[in-house]
Amino acid sequence: MDMEEDVEKDAHEEENEKTKGAAEQEQSDKAVRGRKVREIVLPGELVGEGLKAGTGTYREGKKVYAAQVGIKNIRAGYVNVIPINGKYIPRVGDQVIGYITDVGPTYWMVDINSPYPAPLHINDVPWKVDFGDTMRYLKVGDTVLVTVSSVDEMKHVQVSMMTQGHRRLNTGSIVEVTPTKVPRIIGKGGSMISMIKRMTRCRIIVGQNGRIWIDGERESMLLAAEAIEIIEREGHAYGLTERIKLFLEKHGRRDETGIEGKETEREKKEEAGG
Amino acid sequence: MGGTIDIKLIDENGIRIDGRKRDELRPIKIEAGVLKRADGSAYLEWGDNKIIAAVYGPREVHPKHLQNPNRAIVQYYYAMAPFSVGERKRPGPDRRSTEISKISAEALENVIFLEQFPRTTIDVFVTVLQASAGTRCACLTAASVALADAGIPMKDLVVACAAGKVDDTIVLDLVKEEDNYGQADLPLAIVPRTGEIVLLQMDGDMTPEEVEEAMDMAIKACYEIYELQKYALRRKYYRELEDALGEEGEQPEGEDDGPESGYRPETAGNDQEVA
Repeated sequence: MDMEEDVEKDAHEEENEKTKGAAEQEQSDKAVRGRKVREIVLPGELVGEGLKAGTGTYREGKKVYAAQVGIKNIRAGYVNVIPINGKYIPRVGDQVIGYITDVGPTYWMVDINSPYPAPLHINDVPWKVDFGDTMRYLKVGDTVLVTVSSVDEMKHVQVSMMTQGHRRLNTGSIVEVTPTKVPRIIGKGGSMISMIKRMTRCRIIVGQNGRIWIDGERESMLLAAEAIEIIEREGHAYGLTERIKLFLEKHGRRDETGIEGKETEREKKEEAGG
Repeated sequence: MGGTIDIKLIDENGIRIDGRKRDELRPIKIEAGVLKRADGSAYLEWGDNKIIAAVYGPREVHPKHLQNPNRAIVQYYYAMAPFSVGERKRPGPDRRSTEISKISAEALENVIFLEQFPRTTIDVFVTVLQASAGTRCACLTAASVALADAGIPMKDLVVACAAGKVDDTIVLDLVKEEDNYGQADLPLAIVPRTGEIVLLQMDGDMTPEEVEEAMDMAIKACYEIYELQKYALRRKYYRELEDALGEEGEQPEGEDDGPESGYRPETAGNDQEVA
């Protein structure tokens, strides 16, 4: 059993742990194939002292420990561990993509990729549904875009379709990823997913529960799905936006960055027209 | 335990029948994430033991009357494959399997944050593919790795190891013959960070001092095995990254483009104090 050097836990890093929520993230980065990646923490590992316990952690006295395998992240006085793996736990306000698994007289049962089934009540859909008439609107196997409207202490979940844009999804395909990877796929301020949408010219909706809806021209949809899979695999490396951009460009897609791009095109036309 | 045998289990130099010293562990290898279908999994080899563990959950409990409205339950299934032992083991639970399952589930309940998943179950399936004494410890050790692999929130991993008495000597990690013909067997499991004992059994005859000696020996070995568990989990992560990054030759840089970009931590109400 020889331990490869680049995997051994560096004891010194633990000793150099900064306390009291510094704005600076203590970087524990390793090199994997020449790319900088973040080192992971394991359950029971000390991740902070004097900080508040965020997601993926727990506190004992002043010390905060990791509760899941993941990446440490310190922000605003909280130390969090972004888990690599984990089920989707519904939160109020999350937009999710679900599958109808059962139909009752006053509700439909929705699978939202979580340990908890989510009922969708007839009062929470935009149609006027009569008692017992539910099958006319949604059937078992339908895919819907909904929002988590309530979660109580015993994790009874309810979803609603009353938000603008929520509906049954009739076209397109669904890609499933680990729910913890969703923020990376969306990117800072939506930058990553917007870039993929532009370059593949697909409509894409990312559900917080790890389900992503893609619709567009067939080749482009496959490309978008592949780009998303790359993010899921390489989420812990740096330089991912650039990597995805290069990947899409290699497949012949160009990024016209919104207004700026269109003006450049117009300018080119003017120049050419003389 | 307690059969008679003519050969000496320990010779004059303190060497055991498989060549090990008194306090030497058998070779152990652990690999995390071996089953794609399971939420978490681990494969473990411990001497001649071969163990596979799969974790599913948290997920809905069926039948419903078993669910607990306040927390998750742990359902641990220890099973020996019919081909795992010399004489075919009939498939299906027997009293020994049921006992091992019960104590193992209870051991894990001490470290898993069950209150985060009310009304669910965490199913842990551990199967012995080849048995050579110490299977319950090997299984529990593998199960911990599988749980961490599944992303189940825990205080720490659980590690297990056994010690025993053979030819009036306290030895670590009994092998099959030592277990069958020895004088006592003491399996034990701990939570490494706190040192708390979450599983402790004894089968045979020992004085209180011998029990202490055996426990100390087993606990010390647990810390060694804990390193192997951690190594397995880290290795899976870096291996996956290596495979993923291996295709591209270019090395694009992007300081602001790290793993946390886009991450919105749920900072409210997560300051959970644990004793």
